[in-house]
Amino acid sequence: MANRGEVRVFVPRDTTARSLGADDVAQAIAGTATDRGESVALVRSGSRGLYWLEPLVEVEVDGVRHAYGPIGPGDVEGLFDAGFLTAGDHANALGPTGQIPYLARQSRLTFARVGITDPVSLEDYRAYGGYEGLAKAVELDGAQIVDIVTESGLRGRGGAAFPTGIKWRTVLGAEGIQKYVTCNADEGDSGTFADRMIMESDPFALIEGMTIAGFAVGATEGYVYLRTEYPLAIEIMNEAIGSAESAGLLGENVMDSGQAFRLEVREAAGAYICGEETSMLESLEGKRGIIRYRPPLPAIKGLFGAPTIVNNVITLASVPIIMARGSKYYQDYGTGRSRGTLTVQLAGNIKRGGLVEIGFGTTLRELLEDFGGGSATGRPIRAVQAGGPLGAYVHPSQFDTPLDYEAFAEFGGMIGHGGLVVFDDTVDMGEQARFAMEFCAIESCGKCTPCRIGAVRGVEVIDKILSGVDEVDNLVLLRELCDTMVVGSLCALGGMAPFPVLSVLDHFPEDLRAR
Amino acid sequence: MSNKSSGNGSAASEALIREIATRHASLPGPLLLILHAIQDELGFVPNDAVPVVAEVLNVSRAEVHGVISFYHLLRDTPPGRHTLYLCRAEACQAMGARTLERHAKEKLGVDYHETTEDGRFSLEPIFCLGNCACSPAIMIDDFVYGRVTPERFDALLEVT
Repeated sequence: MANRGEVRVFVPRDTTARSLGADDVAQAIAGTATDRGESVALVRSGSRGLYWLEPLVEVEVDGVRHAYGPIGPGDVEGLFDAGFLTAGDHANALGPTGQIPYLARQSRLTFARVGITDPVSLEDYRAYGGYEGLAKAVELDGAQIVDIVTESGLRGRGGAAFPTGIKWRTVLGAEGIQKYVTCNADEGDSGTFADRMIMESDPFALIEGMTIAGFAVGATEGYVYLRTEYPLAIEIMNEAIGSAESAGLLGENVMDSGQAFRLEVREAAGAYICGEETSMLESLEGKRGIIRYRPPLPAIKGLFGAPTIVNNVITLASVPIIMARGSKYYQDYGTGRSRGTLTVQLAGNIKRGGLVEIGFGTTLRELLEDFGGGSATGRPIRAVQAGGPLGAYVHPSQFDTPLDYEAFAEFGGMIGHGGLVVFDDTVDMGEQARFAMEFCAIESCGKCTPCRIGAVRGVEVIDKILSGVDEVDNLVLLRELCDTMVVGSLCALGGMAPFPVLSVLDHFPEDLRAR
Repeated sequence: MSNKSSGNGSAASEALIREIATRHASLPGPLLLILHAIQDELGFVPNDAVPVVAEVLNVSRAEVHGVISFYHLLRDTPPGRHTLYLCRAEACQAMGARTLERHAKEKLGVDYHETTEDGRFSLEPIFCLGNCACSPAIMIDDFVYGRVTPERFDALLEVT
């Protein structure tokens, strides 16, 4: 909290902001304030997710946050000259942050605090509604908590969209002396960063969500399986877990309820397949991330053979607000069977890239044009890969599809984790199809043949097509190979890696032929 | 590859490896934790570590070797002074990662999984740093940089 007379200035400490020089900006602001005798309280907040404006500097004047961005270290003197500490005008002034259309048009539920608070300040978290959900949960029994989550309609946000309440009910009903809550924070899909943002900008939301999950099913141990590629998220999560322990919000006696819940971050080691839940469990056990046969489901026999919740970061971080505000509040957002909000991430060749949390049903075109502002290069958008490296390339003729799980499934697409990777018309779709197979070959765990061998053959066949060797026959062969992988693979990696390839065959055939 | 030797464990590092393995041995599912801890300490997991860790955990050497070789970010050779990770994933591809990749390899004179002659940089591919709205991205050691053009890449090499 700022002392009397101090002006609070916010500079994000999230990975993307830092990747564009936020640390230097923060340092320059602190230095300039000292030089000029200005009394500034610098807060390293999370990021608002308006990434094209990063580094985004905010200043709080009369309780309202005003934004300036993008700001480089060289702009800082000018900011002070312009009187930004009293919301003075500047070439990069954006006005009150909450009124920036990109943000104002969103429904920030799960991301309500993201970018506003100091991520590791428990005081901030509580000031913005944090731990209200757990406070309610400790008064209820497990079945009541599960009921609320079920009624909310929350579905897994990691990609598979499985109803969370049903998963939790299975774990609750499973016999076991020890149960576990695990969080799959191995956000490996290109074009996604929502999990990272939660962990870097609002880590207590995940911690609280996992704690509620523990209370719901009677689990006393939780693990966050977190990717090595996110060193800052690991650091911030560990710091937040430490604070929660000190405050009695994790540990042997959570909120004086008499119940224990312990939480630990386990670092992954760069294998994409470990985002598949059974592979993740193997990895958490310290082994190679080879997928398991199902059944048994992890909910029955998961980590170390015990009943286990496996949920994605966003899923778990959505739980506190559902508990705090009730299932109906959450359910009122969305459409059809896709309830609540979706966190879309605009990525790749897009003018205004960032995070958009919005009710289901918004069309792809609205996201790409109204939010995204078209491509970064200013050229026409030719393709959008939705749902990560295993997702179809969406053709502009499909851009009016509303974002809900079922509408996407109808044309063989998927929303997955909500990542949209935009390509302009310079993209070589033949290369992209080849990459899908190459990626699968690199990342296959090797357990099943269609994926292990099929992906390698896929690269070879595409190479033959592109170099004009038996083009017609090889195009037939490629479809057959995709078919084999889709129906014969054990998990989604081999089973879905053909989707981007098939989408190129169907919608961009002119790029997948002899050169 | 200049530094393929990895059986260079001295008695001192064997003692260290044994200490690390023993310290974590009683935790649930400790093998990956131990390998991370060894790599944090030494920069890589030497081949000599395999029998030591296997003995402490009472598992086969194959089991330990299998885990080391499965994970892309565990390495069994010493890295250069800095490790440079280039993102190869789609969002970065959409913003020129393939050009950056060619530039980086040419500039450093190495391919992926290799270390420069002077031992300054090891070059590694990586699939997604979660910086996809400001692509292309690279990571040097544990700091991520966004919108890395070939020019910015060269400038970053200068200051690293």
